[in-house]
Amino acid sequence: MYRLKIVPDDTDINFMGPWKYTFGLSMVLIAASIAVFFAIGLNFGIDFRGGTTIRTEAAQPVDVGAYRTALAPLNLGDIAITEVYDPSFRADQHVTSMRIQAPEDGEAVSPAVLAQVQSALQGVDPSITFASVESVGPKVSGELVQEAILAVLAALGAVLIYIWLRFEWQFALGAVAALIHDLILTIGVFVILQLRFDLAIIAALLTIVGYSLNDTVVVFDRMRENLIKYKQRPVLDVMNLSLNETLTRTLMTSFTTLIALIALFVLGGDVIRGFVFAMIWGIFVGTWSSIYVAAVIVKLLGVKRDWGKGGDKAGTQFATSSSK
Amino acid sequence: MLQFSLWKRALVILICLAAVVFSAPNLFYDRVERHNDAVAQIAAGNDTPELQAERALWPDWLPSDTINLGLDLRGGAHLLVEVSVSDVYADRIDALWPEVRDLLRDERATVGGVRRMPSDDPGVLRVAIGNPEGMARALEVVRTLSQPMQTLTGIGQQDLDIHEDNGQIIVTLSEAERLATDDRTMRQSLEIIRRRVDEAGTREPTILRQGADRVLIQVPGVGSADEILDLIGRTARLTFHPVVRTTANGAEAPGPRQVVYPSMNEQGVYYFLEQTAVVSGEQLTDAQPTFDQNGRPAVSFRFNPAGARAFGLYTAENIGNPFAIVLDNEVISAPVIQSAIPGGSGIITGRFTVEESTQLAILLRAGALPASIEVLEQRTIGPELGQDSVDAGKIAAVVAMAAVLLYMGLSYGFYGWIANVALLLNVAMIFAILSLIGGTLTLPGIAGIVLTIGMAVDANVLIFERIREELRTARGPARAIELGYERAMSAILDANITTFMTAAILYALGSGPVRGFAITLGLGILTSVFSAIFVTRLIIVWWFERRRPKTLNL
Repeated sequence: MYRLKIVPDDTDINFMGPWKYTFGLSMVLIAASIAVFFAIGLNFGIDFRGGTTIRTEAAQPVDVGAYRTALAPLNLGDIAITEVYDPSFRADQHVTSMRIQAPEDGEAVSPAVLAQVQSALQGVDPSITFASVESVGPKVSGELVQEAILAVLAALGAVLIYIWLRFEWQFALGAVAALIHDLILTIGVFVILQLRFDLAIIAALLTIVGYSLNDTVVVFDRMRENLIKYKQRPVLDVMNLSLNETLTRTLMTSFTTLIALIALFVLGGDVIRGFVFAMIWGIFVGTWSSIYVAAVIVKLLGVKRDWGKGGDKAGTQFATSSSK
Repeated sequence: MLQFSLWKRALVILICLAAVVFSAPNLFYDRVERHNDAVAQIAAGNDTPELQAERALWPDWLPSDTINLGLDLRGGAHLLVEVSVSDVYADRIDALWPEVRDLLRDERATVGGVRRMPSDDPGVLRVAIGNPEGMARALEVVRTLSQPMQTLTGIGQQDLDIHEDNGQIIVTLSEAERLATDDRTMRQSLEIIRRRVDEAGTREPTILRQGADRVLIQVPGVGSADEILDLIGRTARLTFHPVVRTTANGAEAPGPRQVVYPSMNEQGVYYFLEQTAVVSGEQLTDAQPTFDQNGRPAVSFRFNPAGARAFGLYTAENIGNPFAIVLDNEVISAPVIQSAIPGGSGIITGRFTVEESTQLAILLRAGALPASIEVLEQRTIGPELGQDSVDAGKIAAVVAMAAVLLYMGLSYGFYGWIANVALLLNVAMIFAILSLIGGTLTLPGIAGIVLTIGMAVDANVLIFERIREELRTARGPARAIELGYERAMSAILDANITTFMTAAILYALGSGPVRGFAITLGLGILTSVFSAIFVTRLIIVWWFERRRPKTLNL
């Protein structure tokens, strides 16, 4: 029977050899992401900065200029209008997405203004329909930002504690450092591509945290096992061995997840494309960071080598040990 | 590890069967939904042959719970509003003033003249007295108005906070009373919003209190959030006032105990009205849209006995005088009283359209909101966009599923297909649980399911890879399978527990669509672990017991 094999049975790749360069690369990318974040900034959606988004659908091709002219007399400040393309659209489905900033004075969303916008647009193209109209007041958007930050911090904190209990503090710091690396790099990509950053992207970020962690934990689990098994071998060797042993699984899982996500990216429609993109990106950085951030940090912090000796069971006290 | 006790096998099989049965209604979503609607209609007393036919679309004995589709998939309106709970403080304080005045008047000899002073905060009553020496007595008298709190949380506290400040008596609601008032205001507001939305005949609205002073309203299938806002955004406080005179100058200062309100329909016309209303909307028992004798839309109303008596008395005494009907500080109309109206019913005419009169009748029937509300968030999703999202999500899920199944089959052969059976059961389990707990599926939720399809094989991959490794060193296939499961377990648990923690945090801190995503992701983790360590194992053990293979071609 034919078997698809992406990795040969016995690999002996020296993953950790160039760790100084790869770790350096990660650090440079983190610095670059932080730099662009402050220099350019994220393209926040209305969830986070208030305002209104309107999704229009029209039978005729869209003339963005005409829309803009029609809306100009309303004095709504900066209006961003973008045409949306998607392979799943019908031939007579012309979609735009427009964003109107929240008023400066912090007033709540005014239905009257929305009605004006809609009638102005209908003046340009009578066939226009409004597939969605969403307004978020500045009061809520401020809170949503807080909630989002809180959610990410809570997730990181929970992970830190869990890994600490299950492994060792070096592993906990390594795992959390890898997660922060993934988050910062994802934000960096969103800045550079100016993709809209909204509430759903926070969900994607936390999924990346989950996935990356999943990967890191599997690698760590094998390292823990091998560190106990080969007490005399150098740490780098043991790490390499563990990475090679788990390589098939790492790639299998990344592949199946990527297959599913790519199907969603291509076929799932434009509404969630940003969200799916974030997760696809997360699979790559998450896999990378398990090796080149998490493992490297464990190595740099120095890992204990006398696991399970004597009365010292630290880090394994909650392990579902295989000694049943 | 290869021993699988009989009752465990039975349980696993039972769970799998249940998953299939309970997820099945979702495959026939439209039929089941029509069946459920028909059942509800029949239960409500409408029994027609058409409804019976609809009901027969799905057998009664099969489960008929389906997943709720979120607003982003079904289309509808979402509103988050904040109730200005502090409005009520001002009303309470205003209502106190006459009582305070009357009490102090009785003590005029000691306290001197009494005057209400302006206050920056409408929730604070400031009273100046003419004779400062009488302050102690004045406070003592006013304090008799304060009652001990009746609520559980406020036991032992007074409802009013009364003290002296710069020679003035300051009366405010106490902290405990404010909390109790806020709570009452919120409950009333929720009730009235619910009544208004229900009166409008919308289907399955969700009306929830959020936090201290917010209400979330979600109504599927409504054209726009504005429609809901028209219904719930207005206070709809109806009052009837005697008219003093009209004016074209709205800036003119009203006399004592008078108010000036603009006309609703006539530009530049203002009415001076007596501040105290003769009757108010609270005394209405019914309101219906109707037409006046000229065929114009109007609203008919009927008062309760107390209201009817007050209304009858007033109209009898004031024949020939104009009388203003006021809605939310605007004069709808000010007809001249032609004759006494003893029956307690009448009609309101204004320049209504049919829709406006229908809506006003709904608002009046449902009652006035105790406080004004402010819109914080408003979203309308068109049903077509929702349908497009569902269609796209379905296709993506099916393609993702097929690709993953194929890939697993190619990579692990026979064992891969075992894992695939588990994967299919896994998805059935997610749908079954979502249906049973009445979970809501959102667009990010679909993404969560697709992600789960990709990640669910992880546990199986971990096990298979481990078995492969053990095959090289272990003695025989049975031992390799056993060790494979044992040794993969800690990685599976650790990896999934950490992911589950992030899903739980998302659920706890997120809202709306994000929550929908967290639910499917979290459920997906639970079911995938279950299917990997029980379902796949059961199938492998079964197969192994029958075949007793000497080698594993994994």
